[in-house]
Amino acid sequence: MNERPLPPVTQLAMLSLGLIVAGGIYLSAHLPLHVPLGPAVALLAASVIVLAVNIFLLSRVRDFDWPRFFEVGKWSLLAYTVIAGMILYVFLRNHISGGSLVVLTLSLVVFAVHVPMLVGFTVARYSDREARVAI
Amino acid sequence: MFGFFLAIDPARDYDPFMTDIAIPAAPPEAEVEAAPPGPIRIPDFQIVPRKGLVVVAVVLVALIVAIAANKLWPLMFFHVAGGASWTIIDLFLGLVLGPIMGSMSIPARIEFTTKLMPKMLLIMPVVVTATLAAGWQLGVHEGTVLTSYPQHGWVVASFIVVGVMSVLALGLLEPANIAVLVELKKPRPNPHVIEQLMKRFIYCAGILGAMQVATLVIMTKLASS
Repeated sequence: MNERPLPPVTQLAMLSLGLIVAGGIYLSAHLPLHVPLGPAVALLAASVIVLAVNIFLLSRVRDFDWPRFFEVGKWSLLAYTVIAGMILYVFLRNHISGGSLVVLTLSLVVFAVHVPMLVGFTVARYSDREARVAI
Repeated sequence: MFGFFLAIDPARDYDPFMTDIAIPAAPPEAEVEAAPPGPIRIPDFQIVPRKGLVVVAVVLVALIVAIAANKLWPLMFFHVAGGASWTIIDLFLGLVLGPIMGSMSIPARIEFTTKLMPKMLLIMPVVVTATLAAGWQLGVHEGTVLTSYPQHGWVVASFIVVGVMSVLALGLLEPANIAVLVELKKPRPNPHVIEQLMKRFIYCAGILGAMQVATLVIMTKLASS
């Protein structure tokens, strides 16, 4: 098994997802009242920072199977973009607008980027460079 | 668990339904002297079943139509059917199938995995998306997501339970599912990788199954109030 030291990509991704989920719950729990956006923005900002740190740490890994990472990641990105689009469609259908819509949309962007990155990482970390397979 | 090693199967050329992989199993120590290990063939499979994508597309289009129409029955159908499927699959996989898989022989477990997990890869995201999207629209339609709703605390509790389950499913379960399938597609799958990922998958499914009990409590409370 590949025992190379790798950054805690999975843990950081779960932290990032947890932060945007918390922000989404905070916003949705206050409808239709006016929602102070401060806490949701803070949670989103923290999630984006964790995502950026995760990308940075992963980009510094040597001898990582990037072709496999991107091969899996691009299809996951397509799938999670569709899912995020469905959720965004529901928000738009219900006339959510203004700051709440911006925060929720950016949260969905973080979601749609971080999950495929995590899937690609989980596959590529165990990759055997001589054993490429078609998905 | 996966105490086996890998080798090329010389019989594969004669079986078009098998991949070019075979895993001779290491039998229990007591049986080593009794019989030599036989090869374990990994059935051919698609990581993402192509035909299933058509069904996925049909369901998602129907979901969009239901949300756009904003009628009670289609929204209720997608939310209840999706939610029931999600809950039952999680409970059954985590508390029934998971322990059974853990006690299966290695060839049976591999065959079961290659048949079950590609389907799960399509079913679960669609079921979850349909449940949540239709559920939110239904909540708006019925006013249950509003703070004025008398049981609003229970609704928020359901958000929290779903949120935790989503993070676990997206962060641990789904990547493990895909990684196991990719590993099994390799010419020489690594048994230690498969063991590690399957453990993660089964433990995570068990936790999600237990959390689905909380969902049942909340949803039955809301439906009966």
